[in-house]
Amino acid sequence: MLLEVKDLHAGIDGKEILKGLNLQVNAGEVHAIMGPNGSGKSTLSKVLAGHPSYEVISGEVLFEGKDLLELDPDERAREGVFMAFQYPVEVPGVSNSQFLRLAYNQKALHHGQEELDPLEFNDYLKEKAKIVEMDPQFFKRSVNEGFSGGEKKRNEILQMAVLEPKLAILDETDSGLDIDALRIVAEGVNKLRSSENAIILVTHYQRLLNYIQPDFVHVLANGKIVKEGGKELALELEEKGYDWVKGATN
Amino acid sequence: MTTAVTVTEFAGSFAEFLAHLSDDATTTLREEAFRYFEAIGFPTPKDEDWKYTNVGSVVSEKWLVNSAGKSGDVGGFNYKRNGFTALNLAFADVVVVRIPSETIVVEPIELSFTAEDGKAIFPHVIIVAESGSKATIVETYAASGRGFTNAAVQVLVEENANLTHYRVQKDSVEAFNYGVTEVEVRRGGHYDSTNINLGAALSRHDIELKFVAEGAEAWVDGLYMLSGEQHHDTHSIIDHALPNCLSHQTYKGVLNDSSRGVFNGKVFVRENAHGTDAQQSNKNLLLSNDARVDTKPQLEIFNDDVKCSHGATVGQLEEEELFYLLTRGLPETLAKNLLTYGFAEQVINKIGIESIKSELDEMVLRRLSTIL
Repeated sequence: MLLEVKDLHAGIDGKEILKGLNLQVNAGEVHAIMGPNGSGKSTLSKVLAGHPSYEVISGEVLFEGKDLLELDPDERAREGVFMAFQYPVEVPGVSNSQFLRLAYNQKALHHGQEELDPLEFNDYLKEKAKIVEMDPQFFKRSVNEGFSGGEKKRNEILQMAVLEPKLAILDETDSGLDIDALRIVAEGVNKLRSSENAIILVTHYQRLLNYIQPDFVHVLANGKIVKEGGKELALELEEKGYDWVKGATN
Repeated sequence: MTTAVTVTEFAGSFAEFLAHLSDDATTTLREEAFRYFEAIGFPTPKDEDWKYTNVGSVVSEKWLVNSAGKSGDVGGFNYKRNGFTALNLAFADVVVVRIPSETIVVEPIELSFTAEDGKAIFPHVIIVAESGSKATIVETYAASGRGFTNAAVQVLVEENANLTHYRVQKDSVEAFNYGVTEVEVRRGGHYDSTNINLGAALSRHDIELKFVAEGAEAWVDGLYMLSGEQHHDTHSIIDHALPNCLSHQTYKGVLNDSSRGVFNGKVFVRENAHGTDAQQSNKNLLLSNDARVDTKPQLEIFNDDVKCSHGATVGQLEEEELFYLLTRGLPETLAKNLLTYGFAEQVINKIGIESIKSELDEMVLRRLSTIL
C-alpha cells in the first residue's frame, strides 16, 4: 500500500479539525476527497505535506509502510510526496527553471541518480512543459510572480511532472480556474496518471471530476470520512448537496 | 576630543598636499572647504542625519592621504553637506566624464577606486551626459584592508539624455566608505541608478536627486547585504521641484549576524510639481535576531495632483514561502538561501551588464553559503 492513514486526529492552533480519519491509497489509484468548507480537506493536505503550523494529535500515516509524520516536509518530498497548492506561493527573484532544477537535483541526489546540468535540464523541462501546454518563456520568469491564477495552477502541475511523485495531493487545484485552464490542468494530470503513482484530488466541487475520473470518492464532513463510493458518488453529491451527507453522519 | 585630533592630523596632511599642488586654480576653493571642515569637523550622532551612524572610531584614526589632486570644475558641489564632503573637496582628485551630445556610448564606462590599507582616497567624479546622449557608468569601490574612501560624484543628465549608473561598493570588510552622489536631471532626461553595498565595516551613501525641469524620469534603487558587524547607512533625497516627473525607488536590505542597516529616504513633491509620480519602497530581511535596521521612508507632498506611494517592511523569511520550497524537496538551508538570494536578486537583476550581474550573483551566493 502506498498511503495508509489510520485514525488521524490533527488540527491547528489547539483546535481539532480531523477527528479520526482513515484512508487507504494504492499505486495506480485516483482518489477524490470531497467535502464542504471547514470539513478538514485542506487540513488533511497540509498534514500530509508536513506544514509546521498543523499538529498531529494522534493516529498514524504510513507512506510505503514507513512513518510519514516522522519526516520533515522536504524529506517527504524527496521520498515522493507532492502537494499542489491551492494558493501557489510567489518566489520573486528566483527563476522557474533555476528552482525546478534545484528541486529535481535534490530528489535525484537523494535517490542516487545523476543530477542534470542547466542545459540537460532545459531539454527535460521543455518536454515536461508540453504536458501543461506551457510556453518556455515561463521558465525564465520568477516562480509564480505575476502569473495568472490559471498559470499558477499549470505551474504546479508542471512541477509535479518534473518531480514525478509517487503520491500527488492536488489541493483545490480547480479553484479559480476558467474552463480552458481547467481542461489544460486536468489533461495534464491525466497524462501523469500511471500504475506507478497515486493522486488525491481534494475538491469542493464535482466539476474537476468530469475531467479527471476518480476510482474512489470519499466524502469528508466534520473531520471524518462519512461516505465512500465510486465516481458516481460525486454526481450524487452534486445533485443532493452536502447537507445530504452531513445528515447521514448525525 | 577625538574630532579635534583628527582635524589637526588632516591639517598637517593638507598643508603638505597643497605644497605639492602646482599652481592650481582650485586652491582657493580647496582652502575654503578645508577651513569649513575644520570648523564643523566630522558628523557625530548628535546630528539628526547621523543619529544611527557613528563614525567616531574611524575618523579618529590616522590616515595617509592618497590624492593626486587633479583639478576640475567642481563648482556647484554642495561641500557644506557635512565634514566628509568638505574634506572631499579639499583633497579632491577630480575625474571628469563627459558624454558628448547625441552620442551613444555602447561599452560601459568603468571607474574603479581602491583605497589601500591605512590610506585615504578622495575621488571626485563629475559626469555630464550631454543632451540626447546615452551611456552606462560603472562606479566600483574595492578598498583593501582598512582603506578609507571619501568619494563625491556629481551627475548632470541633460535634456533627453539617458544615463544608467551602477555603483558597486565591494570594499574589504574592514574598510570605511563614505560617498555622496548628487544628481540633476533636466527635461526629458532618464537616470537609472542601482547602488549595491556589500563591503566595508562602516559605509554611508548619501544620494540626492533633483528634477530641475519637467518630464524627466529616474530610478534610484539599491541593495545592502550585511553580515558580521557591518554597518551601512543610505540617506536618499529625491526632489520633485517641477511638474510631470517620475521617480521610482526600491531599496532592499539583507542583514545577518549583528549587522546594522539604516535607510532614510525622503521624497519631496514641491508646490508646483503637479503630475508627479513617485514610488518608494524599502524592504528588509533580517536573518538573525541580533541584526537590526532603522528605516524611515518620508514623503512630503505639497501638491494634490500627484501619485505617490511609499512603504517600508522589516521581516524574516515568509513561513509560507519557505514551506512551499520545502514541499518541493529543497533542504531547509538551501530553501532559505534561495529565498534570500531571490530577495536580493530583485535588485541585482536590474543590472544590464552580464559580467557585473554574474559577479554580484556569485558574491551574494558566496555570502549566503557562509552565513546560513
